[in-house]
Amino acid sequence: MPPKKKDAQPNVSAEELKGYYRDMLMIRRFEEKAGQLYGMGLIGGFCHLYIGQEAVVVGLEAAAKEGDKRVTSYRDHGHMLACGMDPKGVMAELTGREGGYSKGKGGSMHMFSKEKHFYGGHGIVAAQVPLGAGLAFADKYKGNDNVTFTYFGDGAANQGQVYETYNMAELWDLPVIFVIENNQYAMGTSTQRSTKSPSYWERGAAYGIPGEEVDGMDVLAVKEAGEKAVAHCRAGKGPYILEIKTYRYRGHSMSDPAKYRTREEVQKMRDERDPIEQIRDLLLTGNHATEDDLKAIDKEIKAIVNESAEFAKESPEPALEELWTDIYATEVPQEA
Amino acid sequence: MATEILMPALSPTMEEGTLAKWLVKEGDTVASGDILAEIETDKATMEFEAVDEGTIGKIVIPEGTEGVKVNDVIAVLLEDGESMDDAVIDDSQAQQPVAADKEQSSETAPAAAKSHPTPAPSDRTPDWPEGTEVKKTTVREALRDAMAEEMRRDENVFLMGEEVAEYQGAYKISQGLLDEFGARRVIDTPITEHGFAGIGVGAAFGGLRPIVEFMTFNFAMQAMDQIINSAAKTLYMSGGQMGAPMVFRGPNGAAARVGAQHSQDYAAWFMQIPGLKVVMPYSAADAKGLMKTAIRDPNPVIFLENEILYGRSFDVPVMDDFTIPFGKAKIERDGDDVTIVSFGIGMTYALEAADKLAEEGIKAEVINLRTLRPMDTATILESVRKTNRCVTVEEGWPQGSVGGYISSVIMQEAFDYLDAPVITCTGKDVPMPYAANLEKHALITTDEVVEACKQVTYK
Repeated sequence: MPPKKKDAQPNVSAEELKGYYRDMLMIRRFEEKAGQLYGMGLIGGFCHLYIGQEAVVVGLEAAAKEGDKRVTSYRDHGHMLACGMDPKGVMAELTGREGGYSKGKGGSMHMFSKEKHFYGGHGIVAAQVPLGAGLAFADKYKGNDNVTFTYFGDGAANQGQVYETYNMAELWDLPVIFVIENNQYAMGTSTQRSTKSPSYWERGAAYGIPGEEVDGMDVLAVKEAGEKAVAHCRAGKGPYILEIKTYRYRGHSMSDPAKYRTREEVQKMRDERDPIEQIRDLLLTGNHATEDDLKAIDKEIKAIVNESAEFAKESPEPALEELWTDIYATEVPQEA
Repeated sequence: MATEILMPALSPTMEEGTLAKWLVKEGDTVASGDILAEIETDKATMEFEAVDEGTIGKIVIPEGTEGVKVNDVIAVLLEDGESMDDAVIDDSQAQQPVAADKEQSSETAPAAAKSHPTPAPSDRTPDWPEGTEVKKTTVREALRDAMAEEMRRDENVFLMGEEVAEYQGAYKISQGLLDEFGARRVIDTPITEHGFAGIGVGAAFGGLRPIVEFMTFNFAMQAMDQIINSAAKTLYMSGGQMGAPMVFRGPNGAAARVGAQHSQDYAAWFMQIPGLKVVMPYSAADAKGLMKTAIRDPNPVIFLENEILYGRSFDVPVMDDFTIPFGKAKIERDGDDVTIVSFGIGMTYALEAADKLAEEGIKAEVINLRTLRPMDTATILESVRKTNRCVTVEEGWPQGSVGGYISSVIMQEAFDYLDAPVITCTGKDVPMPYAANLEKHALITTDEVVEACKQVTYK
């Protein structure tokens, strides 16, 4: 993917830049730790890491306000950290412990936080797309100005339910931002091998939904596009599509042999386009931060991530009685 | 402090692997993300990356070693300025804290040995107080009245589906609702079941109380993933944080002469899913009282109606707020000789059969289940302990039927009371044919129910 040339650097403060650096680094270090715990057998089943895609969620969260909702696929750890969920609770869910967000009953792919308006964490490819439109439907019905960020990948973008949802979202002017995280591979199938219409955002035109392509390795570009999309939705103009070109460094899941792309391709992206390195360079060359400032951030994050891993190991497994709870609600859950 | 690098698990099932190749040697400095080694699992050769930065102090397992167990130490990583001689090894990562609470192993799980919940005592209170005025009402009107009453009561209840608004309902169930509640709350959808069912589930997550109408339940197959994976399982997967309080409703089962794709009873399919509640009313009073309960229930409810029953009239009590609780069957006829259990349109055959049997002096007790999940097994068992015989009646197919489940409950709870095997009367094990004569034979018939009852009573 060629880097998109920006006309001018958006006006952001040094503090904001440092915040994005910190948030992206937090996701990366968290995911590296998760990979390590998986290797140790502490995390089981499927575990899909977000390494390389950090700028997408951090940039879009910078455009969100309190009350906005988000829903995504099974590659969800980054989204949860970016919207402010506690790393301890996320990591403990990965290890299947009582202290996890779902009391250990959901796992890596199925986590939720009513408090942070995070609606999962969905394991069926593209199922979250109509769900996201439904969340937006609820906000429009209630008459507030919240928007819902509905994330899905380039693989999900070929699913039929996405287009059923596009049709109804535009028909009913739902305040939903469809965020296509195009990391170029649906599991092991590249976009070139799965469609002859690889410009996914343009498909919205068939339903009257505007959109654009965004450089997903540049957190500032993502934030800028996110602000534009949010303004469109909040103004009652209906949905908006952001196709964010990104790249995942790790395999699809932990058991990915990575035979469908070369090591050089991955290395080149890491060396030339890494979202965290880009912000790091910007901070240092613009004299917004010193090496020592950044080292302090690194150290702070390492401590938080280690603390989350310790918590995730020490939190007990759920009580066996939990097997039988939360199957039926006895009261109507109240909106946070 | 030095860190031990452990043999990683690289798939959900890996227990050991081959350390095929080291890509670093002792003394090399590495950074997070650098590839350290290639490891062969039973499925593939995979690269193993460094998580921490440092210097490779020692390679413990040489390349080419087979059968290296997951979590064995394969190398030691030193921090800046450290040497192997003065290394203090941090083995906190090397612990195996899996199963923090070892005593609580799955073998001691308090799982019920039985395949069904223990029934509570049966509840025989009448559906409405004696002396209450009743009014002849069709099932169609009863459903509409129930929805209208609940929409007046709760602003968050809305109806969506194909032709529910301007067309006034493909089967006229939503007649008049658009006029009263407006287009904001009575919403025509495009013909996209998968999409609008998912939007309904999302709206329920977002705090609304959707009623999603399927023009018929045959079309709900397109939305099955959203019903099962999104609506039914989210409460559990979220540890109780959020679920989908909503109703999926529409006609289910065979209508008349509409062929295989439009004539199927899905009761047994939905009944299997924990997280769903499943209702299948017979009378207009059932339809009204259970629909109001369904709309108020904080869980996803599958409400299986029947096109042939829509036009039939029954007594419905004239009351301000008439509801029927889930899990409470109704004994429609008392009898001592045989128990007939049915639900929905199956009740038509069950009651006709009871009438015919009565003419021959066989007194059948007829149970109308009304809800299949939760199922009032207490009432079934109480009756079977009295009659010692049971026949189940449904239009659905035999394999994996509702009757099959009821039969297993009776076997486990009341085996000693049985004087004959339970007979499950079902639709024939064929797709529904179009030809009038064949269709009639594909469905369950009253005569078959009568015959089954005679068989178990040895008459």
